[in-house]
Amino acid sequence: MTHLPYIAASYGLTILVVGWLAIGAWQRTAKAKHTLAKLDPRGRS
Amino acid sequence: MSLTSSPATPARNIHRFANPGQFLRLSGKILPPVALLALALSLTGLVWGLFFAPADWQQHDAVRIMYVHVPSAWLASSGYMALAIASAASLIWRHPLADLAAVEIGPVGACFTGLCLATGSLWGKPMWGAWWVWDARMTSVLVLFFLYLGHIALVRAFDDPQRGYRAGAILALVGVVNLPIIKFSVEWWNTLHQPASITLTGAPSMAPSMLWPLLLLGIGGTLGFAALTTARLRAAVMERRIRALVLAQIRASE
Repeated sequence: MTHLPYIAASYGLTILVVGWLAIGAWQRTAKAKHTLAKLDPRGRS
Repeated sequence: MSLTSSPATPARNIHRFANPGQFLRLSGKILPPVALLALALSLTGLVWGLFFAPADWQQHDAVRIMYVHVPSAWLASSGYMALAIASAASLIWRHPLADLAAVEIGPVGACFTGLCLATGSLWGKPMWGAWWVWDARMTSVLVLFFLYLGHIALVRAFDDPQRGYRAGAILALVGVVNLPIIKFSVEWWNTLHQPASITLTGAPSMAPSMLWPLLLLGIGGTLGFAALTTARLRAAVMERRIRALVLAQIRASE
């Protein structure tokens, strides 16, 4: 495969950024759900 | 005003679905299948583009960068349009969910715009011999990146969040003028960047063997963008509810 470093950097960067966004959103949701469950045990969410 | 007792109109239906509680329930059901579909389409497109799509006769394998660069560019522009629509809804209806949607779209859009610029640079170096040129397309996308960053900073710059939402909404709406400049920059000016290979009006100037993985990544990326912003928006709605509950507990204990 020609231009391998450029291709690997492009795909690697894309996977890193999208993965970071996805993990960040998942962690934020999990933390909010946990806190909400403690504050509001009736679970209105 | 009771929504259930009033005759149904499109605007009232929008408000009903934009109710934060209703949004949490509905998005909780829709989000998992949308996220899984986005992941499946994007992974298929990435593997197809990287290993099975043909190399270009001129650019050789460097053309494979297109499969991450072009969807990022689509999402950068369409994400900004979504930001502008949320901002318009925020200014017109003053709906809290529209404010939060605008706040949460901003960072996701900025990431995809940054990716578009970075992958474009990684494609430009082997093809043009330069990481960056002040070409109309690249400069207008850089302006879009700064508009996203400006919006992110502005909505967080005020002690009163409402003022931040209003200021951010105005910036987002003014920035819409940059979208046609990005789109038509390759036609209005002589640019190093190539013109569009896929248009709504004409046949694509690209082989189907290259077009299919690109379309898969375009659809997968769009669903992924929607899933990411929806997940962030769900977290933001819950965080807002947490703040309200904590404040209520503090007031009750005083």
